[in-house]
Amino acid sequence: MSVNFGSKRIVVGAHYGLRDWLAQRVTAALIALLTALILVQIIFSSGEIGYDTWASIFSAQWMKALTFATILALIYHVWVGMRDIWMDYIKPTGVRLFLQVFTIVWLLACAGWAIQVLWRL
Amino acid sequence: MSELHPNKPEFRNINAFVDLPTYRLPPAGWVSILHRISGAVMFLLLPLIIWMFDTSVSSEISFMKFKSAFVAGLWIFPGFVIQIVSLGLIWAFLHHLIAGLRHLYMDATHSVTKEFGRSSAIFVLTLSIGLTLVLGAKLFGLY
Repeated sequence: MSVNFGSKRIVVGAHYGLRDWLAQRVTAALIALLTALILVQIIFSSGEIGYDTWASIFSAQWMKALTFATILALIYHVWVGMRDIWMDYIKPTGVRLFLQVFTIVWLLACAGWAIQVLWRL
Repeated sequence: MSELHPNKPEFRNINAFVDLPTYRLPPAGWVSILHRISGAVMFLLLPLIIWMFDTSVSSEISFMKFKSAFVAGLWIFPGFVIQIVSLGLIWAFLHHLIAGLRHLYMDATHSVTKEFGRSSAIFVLTLSIGLTLVLGAKLFGLY
């Protein structure tokens, strides 16, 4: 039986790591875009930033749709990043699996909350 | 490597407590590890971030609750703790964003020289800490 893991892994296809690498950059660009859009709307608002100014930024339908997409991009982005951290520092498989499952549950719960807030505006 | 630099210490299976405090990181190394730390901090504080989003946009009353958290405190934490944690989050976001833009720029332009790595890392650290100080002064009511 030949060794088929680690550096001896038989590579049977392309794209190893490319998907995560690319996803990390695309989702990051989307988060940066939303950040810029929110900042621009704050900077070009007149008067003190109270509740009305702040809430109206997110109440426009196009802004809701974009924020929704960005929340999904964000949890994918965080998943890739946290998975990298667990894979680098946590060696025991059981502990790593637990932390990865915890990360997914944590992120899905947070995403649900954020989307609920967004959609009842 | 060891033949070329006989006095250079080799770091293999480093001990976090013995080797890390004496290991001097170059600026790009600081940007890299802080990128990771800032990301992990935001991951752990995600419920607080969404709580801030929730209370600040949901209604006038919840907006007042959001504002008072920085003065009167939140849950078991007094107001200044919320302020300091918020300052930490501001830094984490700014560092992660600017260091991320550095990544995207390097990918897009193939800027892989040692000198660019160093100068851009110093730029990231200066800008993120500088903006954190400016926004932190606002957060603590200095202007």
